[in-house]
Amino acid sequence: MFSDLISPAILSLIVDSTLETLYMVAIAALIGTLAGLPLGIFLATSGKGELFEAVTVNRVLGLVVNATRSTPFIILVVAIIPFTRLVAGTSIGTTAAIVPLSLAATPFIARIVEAAVREVDQGLVEASLAMGATPLQIVRKVLIPEALPGLVLGVTLSVVSLLSNSAMVGAVGGGGLGDLGIRYGYQRFMPEVMLMVVVVLIVLVQTVQSFGETLAKKVNRRLRRH
Amino acid sequence: MLQNVSAPSFPPALFRDFAAAPSAAGEVAQARPGVGNGRRSDAAGGGAIVLREVCKTFPARGSDAAVEALADISLDIPSGEIYGVIGRSGAGKSTLIRTINGLERPTSGEVIVDGVTVNRLDEAALRAERRKIGMIFQHFNLLSSRSAFDNVALPLELAGLSRAAIRTRVDRLLDLVGLADKRDRYPVELSGGQKQRVGIARALATDPKVLLSDEATSALDPETTRSILALLARVNAELGVTIVLITHEMAVIKEICHRVGVIEAGRIIEEGPVAEVFAHPRTTTARSFIGSLPGREIPASLAGRLTDDPAGARQSVLRLTLTGETASQPLVTRLARELGIDIALLGGQIDSIGTLPFALLYVGVPTAAWASGAVGAALDAAGATTEVIGHVL
Repeated sequence: MFSDLISPAILSLIVDSTLETLYMVAIAALIGTLAGLPLGIFLATSGKGELFEAVTVNRVLGLVVNATRSTPFIILVVAIIPFTRLVAGTSIGTTAAIVPLSLAATPFIARIVEAAVREVDQGLVEASLAMGATPLQIVRKVLIPEALPGLVLGVTLSVVSLLSNSAMVGAVGGGGLGDLGIRYGYQRFMPEVMLMVVVVLIVLVQTVQSFGETLAKKVNRRLRRH
Repeated sequence: MLQNVSAPSFPPALFRDFAAAPSAAGEVAQARPGVGNGRRSDAAGGGAIVLREVCKTFPARGSDAAVEALADISLDIPSGEIYGVIGRSGAGKSTLIRTINGLERPTSGEVIVDGVTVNRLDEAALRAERRKIGMIFQHFNLLSSRSAFDNVALPLELAGLSRAAIRTRVDRLLDLVGLADKRDRYPVELSGGQKQRVGIARALATDPKVLLSDEATSALDPETTRSILALLARVNAELGVTIVLITHEMAVIKEICHRVGVIEAGRIIEEGPVAEVFAHPRTTTARSFIGSLPGREIPASLAGRLTDDPAGARQSVLRLTLTGETASQPLVTRLARELGIDIALLGGQIDSIGTLPFALLYVGVPTAAWASGAVGAALDAAGATTEVIGHVL
């Protein structure tokens, strides 16, 4: 019955769109993590009396992060088109869509990293200082390993939110599952396509979430294991 | 198990192989004959701590006024001593111990550890100096992401030792604290006492001359506390490490300290050898800390019945403090025989402070015999310190 409704042509569209989504989300998550991790660590350690004390820089960065996060994603996509063209050479297409996705993911990940790093017991920082550790050694050997379970869960959360954001980049010809759902499922009134898109997205989110949770548990040494 | 604190002694030579050039250690020992009041740790060399007129004021913040955490503190802790600082929370003891390894910089004054003026060092020099000062904490501060082995290895990694060197050294340290069988366990799998043993091994990893103990036993039960204190005493005796500890428990001071300072409102209000302060406390604060030990209070059954007025009283209650030789004498029976009176034992504690016998006794004597002055004279002659607590009708 299903094969009657969904032609091989539609099926191949769904496969292509899934690959586009995976491509956009994977690259954007990578860039967002690479940029968000140091940014988040800096935000968590540059307050008054902290390791890299720089109160003004901290405040300015905090404002920029908040501004980026409060801009609705669809507006961000359109607003930064000149920047996208500068970075990606074009403002249209899947690769171009990675630019706004990364830009939105970075402050999101930064805040999650900040929260996870702030959760690390200050006593550990004091103990490392007493051992003669440099601030960078403390980040590398203490803060990141101790915050790791939180960091893994945070990145998982941002991948899921990237999946949802990626549905909106159809506006600039970004392709992907969300775009397919809008164009075929909604505008051409093909509910079976819409349904397929949603099912694939559910499977993706579920897979990412389970994988993230398993990994977070694995790196969490605060849990007793037998 | 882990309480085998009297088990194999460890030769100090074990700890002479660390980065700190061994020849330098030899020179220090030679160059400073007789320094350190003849303490046995002279051979180990170094570790003396001097605080000169140290003040620390935390500036006002918002509506909070400035806080004077340390007010003109001067201390002289010779190499190889166990010095205890006792005080209530907020008295300044945490700030005091943190000035020694530069975690707090004094507002004025000088902190000199092993000849180095710590408060004048720049960040890089301070980091190097901190490797010679170990520290242990009330809540252990172990990394949950690292096994016991890797926690002890951390300061060595920070110092840039090779993997092989770290391995042999950490295994020896875990052996020293009696945790060789727990090397691959994570902190969550260890008991409080075991965690503190890992903390001690970690603090000793870089072969420090000084060990700072920040309420290290306050989160532990009495039995574990004793085993950890025994380990610290052993570290002091066998490795010659100078130990400064802060605590709010007099039992800790009594158990292992050589000297004690009582801190209140940022000042050392009383200081001296532990036995001396125990026998003759001069301040109310010191008295109340000593009074908090078990057997020190006036027995509850008696407290309610005491009056200040000897008129018509049958029995007078005395508190006798006996130290050293006096504490070992058959004082009570001799007194009874010589004065022909009956003496009631009402409460007290017979104990030792370090190796010194010490007794505190509540006794009841006939009020008539007390009033005549005969009892007082006999007690004075025997060397006991006598206080009248009250009288019972």
